[in-house]
Amino acid sequence: MSQLLLDVNGLTMRFGGLVAVDGVNLKVKNRQIVSVIGPNGAGKTTVFNCLSGFYIPTEGSVMLKNEQIAGLKDYQISRKGLVRTFQHVRLFQKMTVIENMLVAQHRHLNTNLISGLFKTPNYRRLEKDAMNHAIHWLEEVDLLEFANREAGNLSYGQQRRLEIARCMVTQPELLMLDEPAAGLNPNETKELDELIIKLRDEHEISVLLIEHDMSLVMGISDHIYVISQGAPLAQGNADEIKNNPDVIKAYLGEE
Amino acid sequence: MSEFSLYLLQQLINGLTIGSTYALIAIGYTMVYGIIGMINFAHGEIYMIGSYITFIVIAGLMSMGIVSLPIILIIALVVAMFMASTYGWAVERVAYRPLRGTNRLIPLISAIGMSIFLQNAVGISQGFRDVALPPMVSGGWAFGNPADFEVTVSYMQVIIFAVTFVTMTLLTLFISKSRMGRACRACAEDLGMTNLLGINTNKVIALTFIIGAALAAIAGLLLGLYYGVVNPFVGFIAGLKAFTAAVLGGIGSIPGAVLGGLILGVTEAMTAAFFPSEYKDVVAFGLLITILLFRPSGLLGKPEIEKV
Repeated sequence: MSQLLLDVNGLTMRFGGLVAVDGVNLKVKNRQIVSVIGPNGAGKTTVFNCLSGFYIPTEGSVMLKNEQIAGLKDYQISRKGLVRTFQHVRLFQKMTVIENMLVAQHRHLNTNLISGLFKTPNYRRLEKDAMNHAIHWLEEVDLLEFANREAGNLSYGQQRRLEIARCMVTQPELLMLDEPAAGLNPNETKELDELIIKLRDEHEISVLLIEHDMSLVMGISDHIYVISQGAPLAQGNADEIKNNPDVIKAYLGEE
Repeated sequence: MSEFSLYLLQQLINGLTIGSTYALIAIGYTMVYGIIGMINFAHGEIYMIGSYITFIVIAGLMSMGIVSLPIILIIALVVAMFMASTYGWAVERVAYRPLRGTNRLIPLISAIGMSIFLQNAVGISQGFRDVALPPMVSGGWAFGNPADFEVTVSYMQVIIFAVTFVTMTLLTLFISKSRMGRACRACAEDLGMTNLLGINTNKVIALTFIIGAALAAIAGLLLGLYYGVVNPFVGFIAGLKAFTAAVLGGIGSIPGAVLGGLILGVTEAMTAAFFPSEYKDVVAFGLLITILLFRPSGLLGKPEIEKV
């Protein structure tokens, strides 16, 4: 019933002699929240960088909807429906909230210079659609009242939500969030938690998550992968991971 | 008004004229720097090519018997902008894009090479000596008391102000309102993130080179007509002045480039008013050093914040 959206096999990334990621496998199905956890330096972010086209993986295959995407350019991958956020907020700080949302729809506004100059009906319609879409997502993340404020002036939690909204207007099928709860207070984390679940249940996308906040991970993940020192260590649902002796050892050390 | 203040007014007008053309060229430097953090040293040569194309088009049209001045100027402007944009685009494509992502010094050397290449290519095809054009736009308004000092604003100066003003207004509208302008600003803030949102940033970068080159061509036409001579090396000093203007105003900032251009032009004119005109570069660059000592990121530039 639920199809395989992302299928990563034997993903390996070497930097010279250093093996940062070693044979990692990941599967994400449609409408699933999948988390990748692991101790600091385990190579989680490197995995993300390989998937999003930031790095070209040394070995392994990355299939998105049965299509090989390893080796494609980052903007091509994002056009295929896989978008990501970073550990630190990367908004266009000096642009307004609404402009951030419109930039992300740049390629959907596939118009040329002439139609822009003369504001043809088709151009106006596309601009209006983009604006409506932006407003819709600002409402979803509860930021509509700040639409004309500079993104850099929002609070940290609001900036995090705007980042997710900005990803969503690109109409992804898989959203990758790199430590979305970092720096959020417990209240904001709870809101984020609800937002991610809403993305899965109402907007029918999949979310791949790197996170350190264990309560968030355990609470919302359908499936969890643990990697340690670049290599896969365990996988399973929250209960299985919590009770897995290898995982406990990797996090807390030997007894 | 006294003779002295009229004299100052005249120098102010002359300074603003030159300054506004510096500003047009400086925008090309500042936009490219704002997005890819590179100084396009071949930009002055694009300005020089704009001047040459203007001269060639005007000579061609006149030999065809077209004498209507507005028609000549408009055709020359359109052709110069188009041709210079093509050069600007080609320079980026050939000399800079293949080097993107390498050490910052490498494209810089490539730019210097491109600059020397273009100077000499134009020199070989058009001759290394000055090419002159008879004044196309003569006359002007004069006011003040003819007995002691008369301030003149030539029609050419009026054209320079008008064209510069219209161009800047259009550019501002483009950057703040249009879809591509929005993408330009996004690239200037975070090129990598813009890429990840599915925007082909190579196109946006090419567009900034094209816009910068078109503006340089406008300056090339205006200054070419103002001075009436052009040679393959005019791009060097004009480019240097415009680069100075961009740094003075805060490189990366478009209003900064305009402000820097005007300040530089007026400083030069005012220096020439009181000292032998050879001193104007000394004072202008002295001013640059002084301002950078106190505001290292320029007048309107934002201090560089270390990225985490």
